[in-house]
Amino acid sequence: MSHLNQASASEVCVRSPEKSISWLQNFGMWLANNKLLLVLIACSLLMLAPFLWTVGLSLKSNQELMLGASAVFHFPYTLNNYADIFQNSQVFRWLANSLIVSIGMTFWVLILSSLAGYAFARLEFPFKKIIFVIILMGLAVPEQAVIMARHQIFSALEMHNSYVGLILPGLSAPFGVFLMTQFFKAIPPELDEAATLDNANKFQIFWYVLLPLTLPAQATLGILTFLTSWNDYFWPLISATEQEMYTLTIGIASSQQNFAQSEGLGFLASQAIFSALPIILVYIFFQKHIVTAVAGGGVK
Amino acid sequence: MEAPLSTFGEITVTIVKSSRTSWTGLLFVLPFLIVFIAMIVIPLIWGIYLSLHKVDLFGPGRFIGLENYVRLFSNKIFLQTVINTFYFVLLTVPALTLIGMGLALALNKESPVQNIVRGIFFSSTVLSVTVVTLIWRIIFIPNDGLMSNIFTAMDWQPIAFLSDPNWSLISVAIATIWWCIGLPMMLFVAALQQIPSDLYEAAAIDGARKWQRFYYITLPSITRTIILVIIIEIVMQFQLFGQALLMTQGGPNNSSRSIVMFIYDAGFRRWDVGTAAAASQILFLLILVAAMAQFFVSRKKGASQ
Repeated sequence: MSHLNQASASEVCVRSPEKSISWLQNFGMWLANNKLLLVLIACSLLMLAPFLWTVGLSLKSNQELMLGASAVFHFPYTLNNYADIFQNSQVFRWLANSLIVSIGMTFWVLILSSLAGYAFARLEFPFKKIIFVIILMGLAVPEQAVIMARHQIFSALEMHNSYVGLILPGLSAPFGVFLMTQFFKAIPPELDEAATLDNANKFQIFWYVLLPLTLPAQATLGILTFLTSWNDYFWPLISATEQEMYTLTIGIASSQQNFAQSEGLGFLASQAIFSALPIILVYIFFQKHIVTAVAGGGVK
Repeated sequence: MEAPLSTFGEITVTIVKSSRTSWTGLLFVLPFLIVFIAMIVIPLIWGIYLSLHKVDLFGPGRFIGLENYVRLFSNKIFLQTVINTFYFVLLTVPALTLIGMGLALALNKESPVQNIVRGIFFSSTVLSVTVVTLIWRIIFIPNDGLMSNIFTAMDWQPIAFLSDPNWSLISVAIATIWWCIGLPMMLFVAALQQIPSDLYEAAAIDGARKWQRFYYITLPSITRTIILVIIIEIVMQFQLFGQALLMTQGGPNNSSRSIVMFIYDAGFRRWDVGTAAAASQILFLLILVAAMAQFFVSRKKGASQ
């Protein structure tokens, strides 16, 4: 209430210096001046409603929800549904799998993209143009167009249900190479020349001089890769067929096949919130970077 | 970073760039190139090969020319999935573009409230398809979901969102719009911030109304972004898969089955590899055409202006 009065007080100073305005008039004036703000708050609540509803359900016992979901609006609340999730010992395995795959993929994408980006931006070598164009065309190939053959290759090499099998396809995305190429091009070439004078070889220039300067691009690419990998559903669904190799996304999806019948509503809701929690925490801490990275990555 | 730069600048030594090509560069590119060829180039060519063969499971297959494609075009379920996918794109892409633009116009200010609201609308983007569909299935549950509670409170006729063939794909589209709205919004915000403010100041001096300012300044300045958003979203929504699989399993009666779901079912449930490969080539072509048509339209518009 206090911030509300402060806002209206400043309006009052501008509009009329009288002191005898009642708070109702004050409030009315504040409303008139902040229509957009109110609409925005209403829209935000609408956007958050599905999420808040699910959080509410997750905190109610299944028995109580059997009588009606309106129980969500009153006590008692409980964390039992979350405790039930941990009964399923596989969940932590899936969480660990997701972390291993996402971190592994991010690490290797950064390395491969940086190496290639440096070469395309700075070095001359045979077939440079044509290789670049071929990789450029790779941007237009959707995953589904290669999925059947990719599956057969991994079958033949017996790489399904392995971390390598889950990580490898993600390393072929051309986007990172373009991002790094552009970024290396933007670094002044005088830096390389100075390093060349110091008898540094190409790899030393890359590693000691230029790579530290590409940190912002590494962050963007790293965040994008991690998010994509963490949320990926298509390839893990096809490649990881053994429960022990499920990622969290696949595992949670598979464990709720018999929707709403065998398991209670509250338990389902807690599964949704539990699997959303890691990425929501990451989002809250790195919001600015994530928004910039995703919006920047959208413009490929 | 500034200091070392200027000192390097002072050393005015002209280095004659060695013009002879060396293979060192290729060494840097090689690690990515190997993965790229193994994961994209070879599978793409092999995928086309598979689509021209009758292949089951891991058998070598027999060359049958375009038969897989011909059979697809008389396959009722496949044609249904093509129609569904186009319908889904039509449901989601205009909505995402318009809502995204509207939000961006409302949130195009650097105030704490606007920053928070932007953060809220972007937050769903980081969720996985599993979480999004779980949340929306809970919302759409008949009798006890948030939707049915709202419909009861409003005294409206209840809708069986996920089990009515007329509503299943719309329900999937609603969940998808909720999930994907963050990216178009941020792309539009970025575009609006590029518009120089003196344009608006000049218009204000000339006494332009709010809608005039929008029509004559804002809209022309963000045309490129509008087209970009539409292309990105068409390509993305054409690949509808997880939402439909997890919310409706493509049903009822195939009413929400998408092309990618058809590929998945044919390829990984029925092991009809040739058919799946052919269908995935058709999807590839459709996505290419969609993107190219959009580019063509945008270029034509630019020329006539």
